[in-house]
Amino acid sequence: MRVIAGRLLHLVVVLFFVTLFVALLTSMLPGDPVDAIAGFASPEQKDALRTDLGLDDPVWVQYGRWMGDFVTGDLGGYYSVTGERPVWDRVSEALPVSLQLMVEAQVLALIFAIPLGVFTAYRAGSRFDRTTGATLFGLLAIPNFALALVLAYYVGVQLGWLPVSGYVAPSDDLLEHFRRMAMPAISLAVGQVAVYMRLLRSDMIATLQEDFITMAKAKGLPPWHVLWRHALRPSSLTLLTVAGLNVGTLIGGAVVVEVIFSLPGMGLLLGEAINARQYIALQSLIAIIAVGYVLINFLVDVLYAVLDPRIRHART
Amino acid sequence: MPEPDVAAGTGSASGRSADGEPAGSVDVAAGGAPAVVLAPADAAALGGAADVAPALVRRSGRLGVPGKVAIAWLVFVVAAAVLAPVLPLDDPNATEGSLARQGPGTDGHLLGGDGLGRDLLSRLVWGARSSLLLGVGAVAIGIVGGGTLGLLAGYYRRRIGTFLVGLFDTLLSFPALILALTLVTVFATGEGTSSTRRMVVLILALGVVSIPLLGRIARATTLTWSQREFVMAAKAMGQRDRSIMIGEVLPNVLPAMFSLALLSIAIVIVAEGGLSVLGVGVMLPTPSWGNIIAEGRSDLRDAAHIVMFPTIVIFLTVLALNYLGDVVRARFDVRESAL
Repeated sequence: MRVIAGRLLHLVVVLFFVTLFVALLTSMLPGDPVDAIAGFASPEQKDALRTDLGLDDPVWVQYGRWMGDFVTGDLGGYYSVTGERPVWDRVSEALPVSLQLMVEAQVLALIFAIPLGVFTAYRAGSRFDRTTGATLFGLLAIPNFALALVLAYYVGVQLGWLPVSGYVAPSDDLLEHFRRMAMPAISLAVGQVAVYMRLLRSDMIATLQEDFITMAKAKGLPPWHVLWRHALRPSSLTLLTVAGLNVGTLIGGAVVVEVIFSLPGMGLLLGEAINARQYIALQSLIAIIAVGYVLINFLVDVLYAVLDPRIRHART
Repeated sequence: MPEPDVAAGTGSASGRSADGEPAGSVDVAAGGAPAVVLAPADAAALGGAADVAPALVRRSGRLGVPGKVAIAWLVFVVAAAVLAPVLPLDDPNATEGSLARQGPGTDGHLLGGDGLGRDLLSRLVWGARSSLLLGVGAVAIGIVGGGTLGLLAGYYRRRIGTFLVGLFDTLLSFPALILALTLVTVFATGEGTSSTRRMVVLILALGVVSIPLLGRIARATTLTWSQREFVMAAKAMGQRDRSIMIGEVLPNVLPAMFSLALLSIAIVIVAEGGLSVLGVGVMLPTPSWGNIIAEGRSDLRDAAHIVMFPTIVIFLTVLALNYLGDVVRARFDVRESAL
């Protein structure tokens, strides 16, 4: 409990700094922020916008107003010659897409990493172990956006097995959803597999040297039973934490991969907003990503404390 | 986070998972956490390499044949980048309509042309300049900034240490690629931004992002070294803190930092690619490996070579940097050489 209270305090502090930073982004724009936000507008419109955004107010007033808007779902608008469209409309559709992509990539990575980690630990030093290690080391050196393009070209264009762009909601057509998500998810997962597998392998090797494993073996239990039922659970704590913490990596990766595969997620919105210089939209998108990341990290911390008695009872 | 810092003290950047030591918590800090924060593909580079390496690199930290090949490749790339102005290459920005999207070997253009009919080989060589400049520049900022702060945080554990660790944690609570993207967008996307301004902002942004990462590891390494006998002896002899830090602790922290620097250069090069895809990488027409790929995206169907060549170059460079980073780490590992 004490640990969780400490984390909660930390969460509040971090959230404050993160939101403060994001809230003040517009006023950090070089030159007149209003010119940057809506360069096409007439002087009167600019004045109206300036009052609207309250860029002349003191910092804490700006922060308070931005925060009030943000928590009530007012994410500002896309500014164009024809007027202003609310950012929230796009975000409410994009957020699920990004979350699906990240969860699917994560699951995919774990599906491959866990058996590989268990088996390479069991046969540490074998040819299979070394080959796997070398292969994954190589795969780590391929940037995920490059892997995404290579996949798009060979699997999508040359072989024509999978569609190279677009999104289908799982509720519309589950099979088609996975067909569209396959390449983006693989591009993201490959790097993670290497990280997770290595981590599990090392923890597993340590666990396999414990007395209770010797005991289980001595009882004559088959190896798979020892590995999967006895050794995996105590070896998987670090893996779980890192899998949680890796969300930051996934976010960065997902943003880029979405642009490549035209998946209408947060990344695509981010890319669009950058290219159209929609700074208010950008500010909101960044805020959502950053706050989401902080919250996920917090949950992982708490989960870890719940899972591991050594942390649960530690004094902070 | 479940106190990965302290744990990291034992292994610093080592993540010696492969040796079967209970490196769990070490990896969280050394391999895991950085991976978490830095970036898209880059994540793979740092976090991953830290974990995967020891299986490949021998404990002795000898270079071996792959190590020599890696050095040779990097020397080749650096030489190409430095010598770009005097090499007999086409102007990387000169467009030739008939060369657009033409494959390797067309009219004596070794790697063919890009989407606008510019010589791809020339763009790759000039791109090496931007990519390497960015990698080395950003990591230099990270190493100097992160190294200094980490050294202070590890040496003065109580007040300064607590404050700096809090600072690092707060900075790391922003996904790294998103933070870099934010900084570049705010300071270098406005009307009339010059290519040079973009480059400087990119270097600063990626440098700032890497400070807390490198700082944490510098701190963790400092923590272990500053409790060693020779440091205590120096203290007992009345040496001043500053000279102990610089004279006794720093030389021992440097190898870990150097190893990490190599990995980080790879990450930054990859991160620039990610930023390019989003439209905030090195600004066109100045080529970088990342923006050649990002630009080539639209011609993937008809002229895949535009994407494939820079991809191969990035792949080999990252592989070489990761490998050498691990060799350095294996060679200087605290636990093997000193204990």
